Amino acid sequence: MLTKEEIAKRIAREIKDGYYVNLGIGIPTLVANYIPENMDVILQSENGLLGMGPFPFEGEEDPDLVNASKQTITMLPGSAVFDSAMSFGMIRAKKVNLTILGAMEVSENGDIASWKIPGKMVKGMGGAMDLVASAENIIVAMQHVNKAGESKLLPKCTLPLTGINCIKKIVTELGVFDVLPEGGFKLLERAPGVSIEQIRTATTGKLVIEGEIPEMII
Amino acid sequence: MNKVVKDADAAIHDVKDGMTLMLGGFGLCGLPENCIAALVRKGLKDLTCISNNAGVDDFGIGLMLKQRQVKKMISSYVGENAEFERQLLSGELEVELIPQGTLATRCMAAGYGMPAIFTPAGIGTEVAIGKEIRNFKGKDYLMEMAFEADFAIVKAWKGDSLGNLIYKDTARNFNAVMAMAGNVTIAEVEELVEPGELDPNFIHTPGIYVHRIFQGKNYEKRIEQRTVRKR
Repeated sequence: MLTKEEIAKRIAREIKDGYYVNLGIGIPTLVANYIPENMDVILQSENGLLGMGPFPFEGEEDPDLVNASKQTITMLPGSAVFDSAMSFGMIRAKKVNLTILGAMEVSENGDIASWKIPGKMVKGMGGAMDLVASAENIIVAMQHVNKAGESKLLPKCTLPLTGINCIKKIVTELGVFDVLPEGGFKLLERAPGVSIEQIRTATTGKLVIEGEIPEMII
Repeated sequence: MNKVVKDADAAIHDVKDGMTLMLGGFGLCGLPENCIAALVRKGLKDLTCISNNAGVDDFGIGLMLKQRQVKKMISSYVGENAEFERQLLSGELEVELIPQGTLATRCMAAGYGMPAIFTPAGIGTEVAIGKEIRNFKGKDYLMEMAFEADFAIVKAWKGDSLGNLIYKDTARNFNAVMAMAGNVTIAEVEELVEPGELDPNFIHTPGIYVHRIFQGKNYEKRIEQRTVRKR
């Protein structure tokens, strides 16, 4: 089984040279730590920054410079700042090449629920609805089951939706999955030491397994 | 054209109970701290606040919530405020949660004189309920209306007496779009200068959008998530 860091590390391999990438809150934020140094990648933060750098050194935090998770950050040389309307303008116009975000549930047709548990948790969707409605290349990083041990890869989402037919790829602690256009989670890789049976047990939605499934190299 | 007022109390003197206010900032970054303090002092009631977030329990709009000054919040993310969540779940506070890009663009539309925008955000979700859907080139879009606000209250880094504004780093966020969108726009700035001192090529908000400006004081600029790395 993968740790959160290993999920992030595996997702980082999906990033290509020259990409503009938006990283969501949680595990996606960790992906920044695993982008190869020789790769030319620019991180977009939807509160209005291109060129997000690492956390500042202690004592150099600037309250006017935060990311979408409200964490203090730095700007790399060549950064650009802009207002919130332009930030979502570039997202809507598909200028951002890859979006990585967390989820509470994903359905086998690519629907995602991530912002609300009725009567319990009311946080809001933030920028997630805008991102999933416009981005063409979205990877979900999440735990395979919830705290109650229930599958988060479902035939249909049970929670209020963030977007429909939009998720193409999922990485969990158990494996890597493509969401097929005709519906279903196609298993691409198993996490080290994880059996197909384990994945089958943890997946309520339609699982598609074709041929030998390789173990992930992490 | 001198738009300078003495302080926050003077700037908000005619804000009344029941009005709709836009408040700039993202989380605690770029908050109009002086005006929020003045709104709390004035004890206004039944306000509708359009703001991306609702502050934290003891800072930002959280201070207004604590005093029950807010009737309705229109926001995209409110996860940082326990008092907010309590008032919402108990039904004391009316809340409209909308996608962040929709929130920003509805402000922008107001400042650009456009009655509505079309966005795919929210299609197929509860955000779409009761809204007009139009299909362009095979894709569905929601029609979202431009906001109307009695006052837009923003914070900038520098401004001149004509109301021209420059923001710093990611404190620009919603401030720049809300500044364009108020029936009356109030700007508080860290540094108020004379006309000519700001380079016209680097103005973010032209003064035509700003009605009142003052130099704020005692900025706390609280950090919501202090994250650092080792040297």
